[in-house]
Amino acid sequence: MMAQLIFFNVFNGLIIGAFYALMALGLSLIMNLSGVINFAHGGFMAIGAYIAFMLLPYIGFWGGLIVAPLLTALLGLLVERGLIRQLYGRDPLYSLLLTFGLAFIIEDGTRFIWGAQGLQYQIPSWLQTPLSSSLFFLTGYRVFMVGMAAAIVVALFVILNYTRLGLRIRAGTLDLETVSVLGVNVRILRNLNFGLGIYMAGLAGVLAAGMLGLQPTIGDSLIMPSFISIIIGGLGSLPGTLLGGLLIGVASGVTTVFLPQASEAIMYVMMAAVLLVRPRGLFGEEGRF
Amino acid sequence: MQNLNARAGDAIIWLLLLTAPFWLPLTGGYVELGTEILVYALAAMALNFLLGYTGVLSFGHAAYFGLGAYGTAVIMKYVYESTPLAMAFGVVLGTVAAAVIGPLIVRLRGVYFAMCTIAFGQVFYFIAFQWRDFTGGDDGLSAWHREPLHFGFVTLDILNNGKALYFFTLAVFAVAIGIMAFLLRSPFGRTLLAIRENERRARFLGIPVDRHIWMSWVISCAFASLAGVMYALLNDFVDPRALRWDQSGNFVIMAVLGGMRSFWGPLIGAAIFIVLRDYISSHTENWMSFVGLIFVLVVLFFPRGLLGMIRRRLAP
Repeated sequence: MMAQLIFFNVFNGLIIGAFYALMALGLSLIMNLSGVINFAHGGFMAIGAYIAFMLLPYIGFWGGLIVAPLLTALLGLLVERGLIRQLYGRDPLYSLLLTFGLAFIIEDGTRFIWGAQGLQYQIPSWLQTPLSSSLFFLTGYRVFMVGMAAAIVVALFVILNYTRLGLRIRAGTLDLETVSVLGVNVRILRNLNFGLGIYMAGLAGVLAAGMLGLQPTIGDSLIMPSFISIIIGGLGSLPGTLLGGLLIGVASGVTTVFLPQASEAIMYVMMAAVLLVRPRGLFGEEGRF
Repeated sequence: MQNLNARAGDAIIWLLLLTAPFWLPLTGGYVELGTEILVYALAAMALNFLLGYTGVLSFGHAAYFGLGAYGTAVIMKYVYESTPLAMAFGVVLGTVAAAVIGPLIVRLRGVYFAMCTIAFGQVFYFIAFQWRDFTGGDDGLSAWHREPLHFGFVTLDILNNGKALYFFTLAVFAVAIGIMAFLLRSPFGRTLLAIRENERRARFLGIPVDRHIWMSWVISCAFASLAGVMYALLNDFVDPRALRWDQSGNFVIMAVLGGMRSFWGPLIGAAIFIVLRDYISSHTENWMSFVGLIFVLVVLFFPRGLLGMIRRRLAP
């Protein structure tokens, strides 16, 4: 019984960790290339969820899963183009304040449009049934979410490592000026990179809606753990961010078994411990940031 | 000439602050609004000690503000009903927390520093939120009130007299910013400016940069917790929203709005922000959008802040 309880919570932690990782990877992408902490990331996640909700009657769950994140990313491209682009090269203070304001506006806007109360998000019924009677908590949707998150993360790393866009993003992260001198249009590169980050937020939103339902504050509980994932993994390192997200997810899952009140606190303790030993995070490098 | 101008500016600001309880009601305001502005101005000026004068971006000052507030409330509610004791404990609580967290983050810079201050700030939010038995959780700590102050033969009734509370807050504010101004003029303050202007050069000159940033951080957080103490006394109440991350953002936007390169900037920013927020939230339910809009507009159109703009206009 104990073993099952622990397994349950580790799996739960893995699901949460997958969400942290999805959010944190998007944040990390944007931060690495543009030096912008996107406070509105949770807001974009909520937008992704609500777009999927609106489209649900027309294109169903699977259509929403494909279309909603893309529309969210489109919005991200526009926001970058209209607002954030002007702040590159200035004190990071300004982009922080701007995305901070955006986060307010988005949260209030979603509340204005869709109301403050939670909404149900219908998922296909066959995804709701448990896989087996002894492992009752393993509903198809939970397994599906973990699989989906894993697939997206793999896809992200494939894009980064094997496509021209990915190559440019990675190179730009190291030395944007040189990349620009070599003839790459850095404005477009940063724009696409921002969209890619927002796409991941939108996808996390759609997936989360199926598990938790919709709320204007759906992204609020994920934004701090995402920061912690990045800090633990080391700013500038995407694999580090991924590991950080899974690590704190599983750690808080395990802590739930033994000391439920501390399940949130454990993340902060881990962050403090990592900073104490490695001030730049597990995979962070000296000299950048 | 410039020195004279600065003197005149100081005199006008002090005069306005000293007479505020008398002219505020005439302009449609109320005395508590003035007190609230002073409290937020102190917090924003404390933040600006670090942000504007040391060049380090903290987005987690709400935590120390909130610790000061909770420290005050806890003493008043559970221990002993004495305003000075509660104030002292609030400030000590916030300062000690900052001193302990400081060494973990002073080696970091820029975005990284900002992110770590946000994350560590949230620790206290969660403690306040989850420790229901002690902190009241989401409902906060109420059912206590500030006590009148006794100075030997005189009693200052800050409990029932709004003007007395205003002047007491003003006195605390004056002492606090007096100390900050003194520190900024001292060799220590000049060293902080040197770090802000060129950290590498300061390091090569043999200045222990990390230690100075730590000291500036602790001083800044100490005054932020003093502001939190005054916030708790003003409201006779504290809840987790006092130390949430959006509060930190408010402090930063106040400093930027007024002008973070000028000493009085955060005061002016706080006054504008509080008055605007008061006005907007009494007219629309969607005040959050408007506050967000203020953030966006300030960043896009007033990045130097009001005083920065004026100074630029006046410059030949």
